[in-house]
Amino acid sequence: MDWFLTHAWIIPALPALGFVLILLFGKRFLGPTRAHWIGVPLIAVAFVLSICTGVAWIQHTNDPHGGPLADVQEECSRTVQATGSEEPAEHADEGPTEGHAAARGRSVAQEDHGTEATTTQEGGEEHAEAEKHHDTQPVVRCVSWFDTGDHSFTIGTLVDGQAVMLLFVVTLISLLVHLYSTDYVNGDRRYTHYYAFLSLFTSSMLFFVLAENTLQMMVGWELVGVCSFALIGHWWEEKPNSDAALKAFITNRVGDVGLIVGVIVLFFGAGQSFSIIDINIGANEGLMNHTVLLVASCCLITAVMSKSGQFVLHTWLPDAMAGPTPVSALIHAATMVVAGIYMVGRLYPVFFEGLAIGGSSINLLALVGGVTAVFGALLAFVQKDIKKVLAYSTVSQLGFMVTALGVGAWTAAMFHLFTHAMFKACLFLGAGSLSHASHHSFNMVDDMGGLRRVMPRTYWTYLIGTLALAGIIPFAGFWSKDEILAGTGSANEGVGNYHFALVMLLIGAFCTAAYMTRTIWYAFYNGEYKGHGHPHESGPVITWPLIVLAALTCVIWLVNIPTKFFFDWRPPESFTLKFEHYVEPVGPFFPGSSDNFTHAEFNGWIAALSLLVAGGGLLAGYLFYWKRALKPLENLAEKSRLAAFFKNILVNKYYFDWLYTDVIVHAVKKPIAAAAYWFNQKVLDGVVDGAGKTAVASGRFVYDKIDQGVIDGVVNGTAVVATESGGELRRTQTGRVQQYAALFFAAAAILAGIFVLVIG
Amino acid sequence: MLLNQFLLLSAALFCIGVYGVLVRRNGVLVLMSIEMILNAVNINLVAFGTFHGIAGQVFALFVIAVAAAEVGVGLAIILLIYRNSRSIDIDQLDELKG
Repeated sequence: MDWFLTHAWIIPALPALGFVLILLFGKRFLGPTRAHWIGVPLIAVAFVLSICTGVAWIQHTNDPHGGPLADVQEECSRTVQATGSEEPAEHADEGPTEGHAAARGRSVAQEDHGTEATTTQEGGEEHAEAEKHHDTQPVVRCVSWFDTGDHSFTIGTLVDGQAVMLLFVVTLISLLVHLYSTDYVNGDRRYTHYYAFLSLFTSSMLFFVLAENTLQMMVGWELVGVCSFALIGHWWEEKPNSDAALKAFITNRVGDVGLIVGVIVLFFGAGQSFSIIDINIGANEGLMNHTVLLVASCCLITAVMSKSGQFVLHTWLPDAMAGPTPVSALIHAATMVVAGIYMVGRLYPVFFEGLAIGGSSINLLALVGGVTAVFGALLAFVQKDIKKVLAYSTVSQLGFMVTALGVGAWTAAMFHLFTHAMFKACLFLGAGSLSHASHHSFNMVDDMGGLRRVMPRTYWTYLIGTLALAGIIPFAGFWSKDEILAGTGSANEGVGNYHFALVMLLIGAFCTAAYMTRTIWYAFYNGEYKGHGHPHESGPVITWPLIVLAALTCVIWLVNIPTKFFFDWRPPESFTLKFEHYVEPVGPFFPGSSDNFTHAEFNGWIAALSLLVAGGGLLAGYLFYWKRALKPLENLAEKSRLAAFFKNILVNKYYFDWLYTDVIVHAVKKPIAAAAYWFNQKVLDGVVDGAGKTAVASGRFVYDKIDQGVIDGVVNGTAVVATESGGELRRTQTGRVQQYAALFFAAAAILAGIFVLVIG
Repeated sequence: MLLNQFLLLSAALFCIGVYGVLVRRNGVLVLMSIEMILNAVNINLVAFGTFHGIAGQVFALFVIAVAAAEVGVGLAIILLIYRNSRSIDIDQLDELKG
């Protein structure tokens, strides 16, 4: 089974192959409507391989052998290279539970600290733990990418629980989106192009997920950005769509600068290594300067802000709804926006140490995430477009994940990513199904309504997705959201005491429940259907992915059952926390108990509070829309100037677009553009014109004086001399034979005379 | 008999021949003058052959043979000139004038 772990590169290679095949042969050999014949089977194989890799990973974790770095290929990590030559025997006294490689890996840190005595004791305690929870062994394989100087840059795969989890999510969602699109995008004029980029999108994300070093990660990150650009602007003939694509791309470029700087800082911080293992060990074992980690994590947070749509750089995400709906599902559930979350999770020790997450009560990640969770959710209330509601919901939910990472609840963040992928894909595909029924409109207020009767399947799956998103027990969202809330450590044992984060997330959870109720009301209730034509349930190709995702939403929480429920009821231990056990790394490359990194337990009060808040949101929505019980709140904006003021802010999206477009871009455009124009006209053109004029003048001089005077003079002079002398000499050529003979004899006589005089 | 007498005869013949070549307008006479020059040379060769060894006489025989051939070619040329211009006046043959 280890074959699957060492050959994980095949998984991204398959959709990449699909991309090439579709691009080269899709239209010519299959015709304009059958590109999915290539795309779907390849992604299905990738999905099966991902499942196999997952199973292999579970076996691999259950059957540990050697230390945490035992499965890291030596070329891929400087740490392994540096410790590989060491004598393993001197650490043999550390105990039999850990293999030599583990001892080697840890010994570096110990020797560097010079605190062997204390760490040996700690090591002993860790061994006791290690018997229960063994170090994970990420499987790293790489090949040389390129060499410069004495540096060899590698490219390869790093397979661990986190990667395996996301492989599963990406290939599953992508497979469903591929299938769904065969109906949804059917008849599109760029069907082939669509499938080609869908494949490339999936491939890039898988490449990113499996990245073994940060350089490779950056390549995947950019590839994902390019593909999202191409797919958001799929219908580029309409100006808003191509604008949205440009906006997504350019906003992401802003964050990419942070990513590049962060990666470079980490490269030098980790002793000139891009390897994720090296960076994590360096950060976690305290080998890297704290300031370096702080700078790197702040730069990387900028990248997260743009890619994962966090506050301040979130503006592109709602506009990205211009793309086809399945693409939105893919972007929001699996491929694009979770890249930021994944990156933070991948380099977690950097953030954990850099931002001093352990034992703290506020940090940049938690702040950004908390603010995004609330402010994103508030924006969803004023949207008419159902997809934009979902987009802001994604912004808000990504805020939840970033907060979770910020408060040290790593597993909670990954679990929320996992569950969110299922129900958000379900909701987006459901929204696509709705628009399919209502003549491609997404305006739920004006073009939908009363659709629950004609579209029962869409309705029920959408409802399940909504309940999961709102965080109602027992759907997936409840469990992951509750883990995050518990993870803030505000009310119970946690990594820190993040009260602010807890408050923001509870507000966010309330808003989430309320705006999703609003969506349900407008789309499925709200009297009769208001759009054009007769709505109808979508075909099986569209509804089956919805049903699969809704079913997963109902059961997926079973993979991470908490150790105890309400009233201290404890489920059998063999069923609990499987997700945490298999996904969360343990070892020198991840914060451990010595770093104050703990796991918050299920807390009955927090869970009850979260349910109460979510239920409150649902109830408020129900009373407001169904019962009309909240009369004073209806049309509040018309009654109260204050409410109108706030609504105006929300409708204008906190004026961020105005800030970016009118203030920043305009400020750049006006004076700087004018200055640049002046510089261009006066200086650059002056130089160019001057050069041109000088060239003309010198050319004329050369022509007149040198070419015409000297060179032509020489040539003409030669000709004149030749002509003149020829004219003179031709007189000797009389044509008379006797004259020639006379000359001949005269010359002979002269020669004879000379001969006689000289010799005789 | 002295060698000088032969040489003087030969020189006289040579000068007459040169004079003929330079002055005569009739092409045939020019040819004849050339023959005279050649024969002056022949006298020289034979005279030297008599006094200094047989090789000179052999050369004289060669010169006679070559002169016969030369006259044949020369007369043919003059015949063609006559055919073309109905004249063998050498002064009129100045088409090569520069």
